[in-house]
Amino acid sequence: MLWWELVIYIFVAIGLTFNGLGVIGLLRFPDVYTRLHAATKATTFGSIFTSLAVIGWAFAQLISTGNSWNLTLALHTFFAIICLLLTNPVGAHAIARAAHRSGVKPKQAVVDRLEEVKE
Amino acid sequence: MLPFIITTIDALIIYLLLTAGSGDFLYFWSPEEFVMGIFLSIIVGALARNYLCHSKNYRMLNPVRWLKFVVYAIGPFLFAMAKANLDVAYRVITGKIRPGIVKIDPKLNTDFGVTFLANSITLTPGTLSVDVDEDTNVLYVHWINIPEGEEKKEYADIKKVCGSFADWARRVAE
Repeated sequence: MLWWELVIYIFVAIGLTFNGLGVIGLLRFPDVYTRLHAATKATTFGSIFTSLAVIGWAFAQLISTGNSWNLTLALHTFFAIICLLLTNPVGAHAIARAAHRSGVKPKQAVVDRLEEVKE
Repeated sequence: MLPFIITTIDALIIYLLLTAGSGDFLYFWSPEEFVMGIFLSIIVGALARNYLCHSKNYRMLNPVRWLKFVVYAIGPFLFAMAKANLDVAYRVITGKIRPGIVKIDPKLNTDFGVTFLANSITLTPGTLSVDVDEDTNVLYVHWINIPEGEEKKEYADIKKVCGSFADWARRVAE
């Protein structure tokens, strides 16, 4: 096995581990806010690593075969990572804000400063 | 005119990024893609110039800010994100949580700065931005594990919530 194949396998393993932890967190945590923690952080990080594995594979193919289609694949995946980093926190923020506005209380919360300012 | 040029160049860069590898012109592109990219970028620039340059403030054109952004993204941000994921992993497995919504006052003045900080907060250890007060730029943050005593203060300690991110947001965006 070549060293870059090993790197790709490690990236896929890290990505799947964190995505899996995100799923477990989604099932285990008590309310919508804590679940969003698991659903946004873990899946963003996991998806970045699986995408990095795709980029690594594409570059390895580009070097070994010289087919320029692989460059397109690598750049598209890189662009997907940037979009993921921009849209994932915005989506989580929108869900959390909508949940709080429609009256979902955080469970087991020790403090809720937002509730105090809301009329 | 300046908003039109900025939007056109941005659209062209994204178009060329998505079509790289289509031919041999300038190593990466086919001539057809190049011409089509310029044509479409001009249309996009004409239509969308008032959305991208909404505030009429061109401070983000300064390359020093981009350099700081890249340093931030590779250094403190990536490190904090890795730490955030180990932290979430730990809480998923043990179930030790002490959640609550706290208030922080980052003392930022611009929309872009607050957006930047709120996104960074969401992707990093134990915190998730829930709401923002648009008049005072105070952020309401859901914190998964509040340290003892921190819930009694009116404004939570900004260093404990997001480390040096507020300083970085000020450096990059303001």
